[in-house]
Amino acid sequence: MAPPRFDLNNLPESEEDIDFSDIEERYQLSFEEGFDNVVVVDNVPEVNEAKEEKLIGFLRKIFKNVGEIRPGHFVMPKAVNEKGELMSKGYMFIEFETAEQAVNAVKLIDGYKMDRSHTLAVNRFTDVEKYTNVEEDFVAPEEIPFEEKEHLKSWLADEMGRDQMVVYRGNEVSVLWNMQKEQSHVAHSKTHWTETYVQWSPLGTYLTTFHQQGIALWGGESWNKIIRFVHPGVKLVDYSPSERYLVSWSNEPIVIPEDNYHGPFSTEDEGNQIAIWDVKSGALLRTFPSLAPTSPNARPTVSWPVFKWSASERYFARLTPGVQISVYEAPSMGLLNKKSIKVDGVVDFEWAPMSDADRELAKSGKPKDDMLAYWTPEANNQPARVTLMSIPTQQIVRTKNLFNVADCKLHWQNRGDFLCVKVDRQAKNKKVTSSNLEVFRVREKDIPVEVVEIKETILAFAWEPKGERFAIITTSDPNFGSAAPGTTTLKTSASFYYLDKGKGKDTLQSFKLIKTLPGKSCNTIFWSPKGRNVVLATLRSQTVWDIEFYDLDFEPLDSQATKVPTGGEKDPSAYLRLLATGEHYGVTDIEWDPSGRFLATSASVWRHTMENGFQLWDFKGQLLYKENLDKFKQLIWRPRPRTLLSKDQIKNIRKTLKQYSERFDEMDMMSSSQVSSAERQRRRKLLEDWTNWRKHVEADLASERAAIGAPAPALAQATASDEDNEEVDEWVEEVIDEKEEIVA
Amino acid sequence: MRPILLQGHERSLTQIKYNREGDLLFSVSKDHVVNAWFSHNGERLGTYEGHIGAVWTVDVNSTSTLLASGSADNTAKLWDVSNGKCIKSWEFNTAVRRVAFSEDDKNLLIITEPRMGFPATVQIFNVEGGLEGEHSNEPEMIVHPEGPKITVAAWGALNKYIVAGRENGSVALIDAKTGDVVSSNTVHEATLTDLQMSTDRTYFITSSKDKTAKLIETATLRELKSFSTDTPLNSAAIMPKHQEFVVIGGGQEAMDVTRTSARQGKFECRFWHKILEEEVGRVRGHFGPINTIAIHPDGRSFASGGEDGYVRVHHFDDDFFTFKFQI
Repeated sequence: MAPPRFDLNNLPESEEDIDFSDIEERYQLSFEEGFDNVVVVDNVPEVNEAKEEKLIGFLRKIFKNVGEIRPGHFVMPKAVNEKGELMSKGYMFIEFETAEQAVNAVKLIDGYKMDRSHTLAVNRFTDVEKYTNVEEDFVAPEEIPFEEKEHLKSWLADEMGRDQMVVYRGNEVSVLWNMQKEQSHVAHSKTHWTETYVQWSPLGTYLTTFHQQGIALWGGESWNKIIRFVHPGVKLVDYSPSERYLVSWSNEPIVIPEDNYHGPFSTEDEGNQIAIWDVKSGALLRTFPSLAPTSPNARPTVSWPVFKWSASERYFARLTPGVQISVYEAPSMGLLNKKSIKVDGVVDFEWAPMSDADRELAKSGKPKDDMLAYWTPEANNQPARVTLMSIPTQQIVRTKNLFNVADCKLHWQNRGDFLCVKVDRQAKNKKVTSSNLEVFRVREKDIPVEVVEIKETILAFAWEPKGERFAIITTSDPNFGSAAPGTTTLKTSASFYYLDKGKGKDTLQSFKLIKTLPGKSCNTIFWSPKGRNVVLATLRSQTVWDIEFYDLDFEPLDSQATKVPTGGEKDPSAYLRLLATGEHYGVTDIEWDPSGRFLATSASVWRHTMENGFQLWDFKGQLLYKENLDKFKQLIWRPRPRTLLSKDQIKNIRKTLKQYSERFDEMDMMSSSQVSSAERQRRRKLLEDWTNWRKHVEADLASERAAIGAPAPALAQATASDEDNEEVDEWVEEVIDEKEEIVA
Repeated sequence: MRPILLQGHERSLTQIKYNREGDLLFSVSKDHVVNAWFSHNGERLGTYEGHIGAVWTVDVNSTSTLLASGSADNTAKLWDVSNGKCIKSWEFNTAVRRVAFSEDDKNLLIITEPRMGFPATVQIFNVEGGLEGEHSNEPEMIVHPEGPKITVAAWGALNKYIVAGRENGSVALIDAKTGDVVSSNTVHEATLTDLQMSTDRTYFITSSKDKTAKLIETATLRELKSFSTDTPLNSAAIMPKHQEFVVIGGGQEAMDVTRTSARQGKFECRFWHKILEEEVGRVRGHFGPINTIAIHPDGRSFASGGEDGYVRVHHFDDDFFTFKFQI
């Protein structure tokens, strides 16, 4: 029972003394309620009675479009000023029929310029109330005690320097340590970890899982959930290059439920499909709507990523095909210079990646400008054009006009040294297509452009990471373009090019062919992330599953090959060597591990159901490990962050590599003998158990047989006699006569 | 190990069996004919003609004098091995799925399938008469086991029990005297396709459509070992000598074969280490699923019969016998 509010012996003496606070509290009207549909308009011109009606009429017109104003609720307070005139006070209250209309009024009319000196300020009444009620005294928020978080990059400290990968099969997601030839060790495994697929963040810190309600990031040694982002129906995510921001896309536009909503979105976000988040804090930064389809009948398509991030993470941009590129600033999320860059006809754009030097500059606080490249097709007697633009200055750095263009693809070298534009040309009769490559040498003065003519159609192009070489796959197969993809395997050839620096100072640098390998069937190029090694593979074919391992800096053992007598100049093609050819039946995906030492090939159930599973190869093309897994879906290597070592340190390690390799060799030996001894013990145990069981069963059977007096089966004798009548065929060759004759 | 290809059947093989000495190989197929072959060179000894339906099953007694066969023409027949004469024919209401001589050759087990209202039966006939004697038309024992259809069966040690494998993946121990089901154990998840005894009948191997083969102890029906593959299995056999192996085979369902490549069909005989449960090798060759596998009682060769109508007899090379599993 509650204690009585007052006691009879001590009644309050007067009315003032009675404590009404509980009653007041109970019946107090909340300001939040009942005033939802009222807005306050400030900066209204102060007028006298004569002009009042005109002003009200004018204002009514402004607000008419917003919503229905309740009759008699268009109130402009008046007061008598010093001069004795009855003047309006310069603000007014408007009550709308519904709260939505009030919200709408704030959205649309706030900031409306009535004339030069009067800009209307519209606020919701409840907001005014809320903000005037802010406590005068600052109360410091309670300090949350610091909780040490797990080291998110702990996997890099692995003693054996192993890499991790995530494997998704059936309902099970496992993070595995690469054990080379042995079965991978499970670092962490969980069923139903994700609903659709998994994705690593670009530096490998987080594992992204997808759920109906949103996405979750996992990491650290214990694989606990680090943070989650509520975004119902999320299908795709994209990280900024240094994983500071996360962009998510859902096919369901955001809906705010009527009541009890605790999600991150507000009413302004309703209907949007793209959300940008801060990865560390988990805060929602901004939402964007998806682009409307270009024609009313077109199905809305999403080309992911919608927002492309600049390498510095300071800008991100979105393309509206044919119209504009919208560059936004991070973290403010505002549109750069408050307007999009209009480029008529623009088809595609790409940000320039950063080199290590650029990164150093950015770290020291003097970041270089970002650069993006875009291209526009021919239109209105204007040739097709590739443009390099510097951001944020929006200065055009370089343009190049192109003719007879059917399509262009922009390929940046991963340090941003070169931009290669693959141009598919169409002859006038629109039948013959040919390709050529326009290589922009971005680091040089005035950005020279070099053209590499290719007669055939280019199927694939790839720069050597951090290198000055590239590989292309070309075809002149008549089946190209005619047959549906996958039905026939095209005849292709692979070519490698390098940058010839020339000898003297004056000679021009140019890209020259190293070698063309004809008669292939490959259609994809996979450069090792460290360069030098390259894998050519035939993917998505139904008959060929070749995987070819090449080395571009192969040192021939016999020194003769190096001394090619072409004026002392070494022939680069002498260093190109096919190391091995492998086959993985039904391969669908190929990925190099981040160290460039191993290659994973996998056959995913998402494409077909034949021999699903994965195989691990080393860079020399030796098959190390193979595992067939029912319902295998996905294998991705965990990316590694950029190295913290300086160039000199890396060089130093290269020099003293022997010391390191000895240590690792020893460890390899240790681990393999350890594993096999455990395995040996297990096998011994099995064999022992079996022989014991057999002895026991045989004894039982013999005694039972004796008990019923059944004769032992005559098997033993029968086989013994079998040995005797074994047939032996013996062929004896005897030379009877030998004569040599000379046939004319 | 160049295989000998026995091309004597026009339709898919259903069962093959070596005699006790292993010099003869009997094969039956859906083309109504029973064939006998010399196992060492693949020469055909002769045929046993008389069935007018697909022959499902065959067995030979330990002295290689009597041959029993069961067919979809609702008969089981007893033949004289040496001259191919049919010396007895039993008529049933439905097709005969399995025939098996007992260890002492005195009894013949016959399993008929349930169809058209007739229940499945497990019957035991006395065949003590041998080649000359009269064979009764009436079985010594007949039971109508309840529950899911029996697909495979074999005699246990000392003729005490009959082991039957069912459509639901269970195996049951049936008393050969009374016909009572003594015990039952569901070891597989799908229908059993083959059941072969070890030499002393104390344990047996089962193969199933659930892609696994299992070693099971006869007396307790306890699962001893399991061999898990990636394809539905049709047959499994235990190697009696030389190596502790089992041979299992199968492949994609025959009805799906035309839609897939030979590679994907997995029409291979797989060799597994019986005790360590590890795969040691595969033998390719059939271009249809493997329906039946038999191993020479002396462990020198094995034969596989496929949906493609061929029997392939493989003689092991010398290094097979000297092979030692690295432990």
